Amino acid sequence: MPSQDFFPAVHVAAEALACERGGRPIFHGVSFELSGGEVLAIVGPNGAGKSSLLRVVAGLLHPAGGQVRISAGDAEEGKLHFLAYGDGLRSVFTVEENLKLWSKLYGGAADAGSIHDALEEVGLAHAMHLAARALSTGQRRRAGLARLLLSRRPVWLLDEPTSGLDKDGEAILGAMMSAHLAAGGAILAATHLALPVPPTRTMELI
Amino acid sequence: MSAFSAIVGQTVSASFRAGGGALTGLLFFLTVVSVFPFGVGPDLNLLSRIGPAVLWIGVLLSLLLGLDRLFGQDREDGALELIMVSGEPMAVYVFARACGYWLAHGLPIVLAAPVLGLILNLTPLALGAVTLTLLAGSPALAMIGAVGGALTAGLARGGMLAAILVLPLSVPVLIFGVAAVNGALADPDPFLAPFLILTAFTLFSSVLAPIAGAAALRLGLD
Repeated sequence: MPSQDFFPAVHVAAEALACERGGRPIFHGVSFELSGGEVLAIVGPNGAGKSSLLRVVAGLLHPAGGQVRISAGDAEEGKLHFLAYGDGLRSVFTVEENLKLWSKLYGGAADAGSIHDALEEVGLAHAMHLAARALSTGQRRRAGLARLLLSRRPVWLLDEPTSGLDKDGEAILGAMMSAHLAAGGAILAATHLALPVPPTRTMELI
Repeated sequence: MSAFSAIVGQTVSASFRAGGGALTGLLFFLTVVSVFPFGVGPDLNLLSRIGPAVLWIGVLLSLLLGLDRLFGQDREDGALELIMVSGEPMAVYVFARACGYWLAHGLPIVLAAPVLGLILNLTPLALGAVTLTLLAGSPALAMIGAVGGALTAGLARGGMLAAILVLPLSVPVLIFGVAAVNGALADPDPFLAPFLILTAFTLFSSVLAPIAGAAALRLGLD
């Protein structure tokens, strides 16, 4: 659901971030700035810490050093969307039930109509009443994309967003990202594949 | 509030779907309690004397069964991360999961307890007292259990460890629960004092357990 409303001024700033896992340093001295309408792609080989960097920005990991500041107008909470390998879909629930829960937690629209519209946009409307266990990998990824559409949040943190998606799915992701950027949102994406939208900047972790 | 009720609803409804475990817990309770008369023998006086304690221990054990799934599943499928990113306080999430767990796993067992009390030769007064104390005290067991579930969410076979962690912490609840039942039955013993302490355990753990569980889950993700 591309909305006409613009996000208030979005700004993400990371200063000298350092991360350790199991006592071993993963990266240090990582700084970047990201404003509304921009995509920052984080690239690097496996194990370089792309996902860890996203998790630090998401507040899931404590940085060993440095800090992250995320501002989006006056919003205190609810600034982030996180799309990663774990899609949070419970296999016993239908796609609709799963999305309804996430929409409620993320303060989005939780009515059947909105969920249908979001699923329509990611090409999964036919699977709305299917149990999540019946979905393929790509379909699960698409359900994850529908979650991003249901609740509007200014900063998207995408971990390997294209993995598991087919050509059509990549095009849908590209359209979603473009609409998000056009509305003044910001995207931080960790990937080793090409993003469907050309990144504003690319940062390499080694 | 809508997030709280959504998580409670999801917990309850997942518990009653295929593999959810609420019915398994109930059946486990029925089995554990009905094994006792076979072990103790046909001494009706003895059975009615130990009956309240047997029911309480049965509830205590049954409430351990679903702990590994309470947070373990969210931890596995990435839901825990999504909840943390959502900005919803983790303590609210833990409290909601624990409330849902009690509604789906605890309440059916508590309601089944007076029926099972019949095969333990409990008097009507004893049946009422057991049910009342279980209603007041079993939420505390669910709350303490939630802390154990949160601490072991990231571990393989965490359920066993959760049981070992939770059982000793549940002992005070068990003591005052059974003491209140005995107080209702034998005249010199007080009923109100242990019952109020039991209620206090439930209130106290409803405040502390969500905070402790949230801290445990956050540490587990780091």
